[in-house]
Amino acid sequence: MIFHRIQQLLRKPNAATPQPVPLEGSPLASGLALHIGSHTVIACHDCDLLNRLPEGATTTLLCARCGAVLYQYKPNSIDRALALTLAALILFILSNCFPFLAMKSGGFIQETTLLTGIHELWKQELYGLAFLVLLTCVLVPLLQMLGLLYILAPLKLGLRPAVQAARVLRLVQEVAPWGMMEVFMMGILVALVKLGHMATIIPGISVFSFGALIFIMAAAFSNLDPALLWDRLDLRRYA
Amino acid sequence: MHKSAATARQMGLITCHDCHLMIPEEQFQGHPHCPRCGAHLHQRKPNSLTRTWALVWTAIILIIPANFLPMTITTTLGAKQGDTIMSGVIYFMQTGSWEIASVIFIASIFVPFCKLLLLIFLLISVQFKSSWRPKDRTALYRLTELVGRWSMVDIYVVTILVALVKLGAVASIEAGPAAVYFAAVVVTTMFAAESFDPRLIWDVIEEKI
Ligand SMILES: [Zn+2]
Repeated sequence: MIFHRIQQLLRKPNAATPQPVPLEGSPLASGLALHIGSHTVIACHDCDLLNRLPEGATTTLLCARCGAVLYQYKPNSIDRALALTLAALILFILSNCFPFLAMKSGGFIQETTLLTGIHELWKQELYGLAFLVLLTCVLVPLLQMLGLLYILAPLKLGLRPAVQAARVLRLVQEVAPWGMMEVFMMGILVALVKLGHMATIIPGISVFSFGALIFIMAAAFSNLDPALLWDRLDLRRYA
Repeated sequence: MHKSAATARQMGLITCHDCHLMIPEEQFQGHPHCPRCGAHLHQRKPNSLTRTWALVWTAIILIIPANFLPMTITTTLGAKQGDTIMSGVIYFMQTGSWEIASVIFIASIFVPFCKLLLLIFLLISVQFKSSWRPKDRTALYRLTELVGRWSMVDIYVVTILVALVKLGAVASIEAGPAAVYFAAVVVTTMFAAESFDPRLIWDVIEEKI
């Protein structure tokens, strides 16, 4: 997710392709449909300017006034996002089953998985901290993956959207800032170097599956096309 | 720049925060929920400035104990030693671990302070109806949203250390009280960035014209 957003920040508009232009006058007066299936007029989420988007764009489109990303071209977004989410789920299960670090010092070998680390904080009565780590590294990513499967699978199979799928997508978007697996990975690396001075540290299977998981999740989210999903999930289409 | 350009608000349109559907204001009097995704509709994030200020002040208060109390308490052969964020950074600098020292310094000291200063700057600039480089200020806002999460690194390091280093009487590491305060700083600044509405930067300029 984080890589995706850095990419968005750094991306420059391509001068050769048509860019969004500020809309003059009311979109209602100019007879533009604002509702179902319309991506032609978008209000910028960062500055509220009404932008008129060129039809069938195959590039990233930025707000004419503030430069926020308004539209990204994402071919086969449902297939790709679904495949990547399934892969992420498998890696997530692996990451939670195996230890990520083992420490060898004298005769002792101490292993830790993500969940035992959280349990250890809980035993030290740091309940808030334990919950925060559980939330940001386990619950939020799991919720995001299951949520995406729930939304994408029926669309892929050509069925009607799942019950309350729009609410699930809203939830997946709202919890996104609280999923911090990549930050946790950085924490593992720091701990690895830090403890390397006092004991032998053996990185476990989880370190590798977790590392891969972060990239796969980032790829899943960058292939997700929220505008398309919102449109497909709109129950008013089926009414 | 775009004098005749219109914003959704000027056209009487509400944009859903979650799914970006635009809805004419008059259609949703007394029933302010998005017909598509069910989110609560409002023209701007409610009480954005007040909420953001309150969260910023909370973070300023919490950041003091977070920096002066010990983050970890190490027990080696019965001797207890507390380490604050800064004493940890200094220790790693002295022992030559520049990578770790800089990661911890950037994530735990530089980023939280910068994020608070940026938010205060954005809040004040909106309150004084500044028309100074709104595009750059919007970019600064996107930056505050982006970097805040990296402050959690130290919390995760403490979690891992606590879980790994418990060799009975030889050595053990416990989380110190600063860990709780520091986590609270990260959470409150994240909520603060979330409650600030960057469209206010542009609104106050439009109102002046
Ligand atoms: Zn904009």
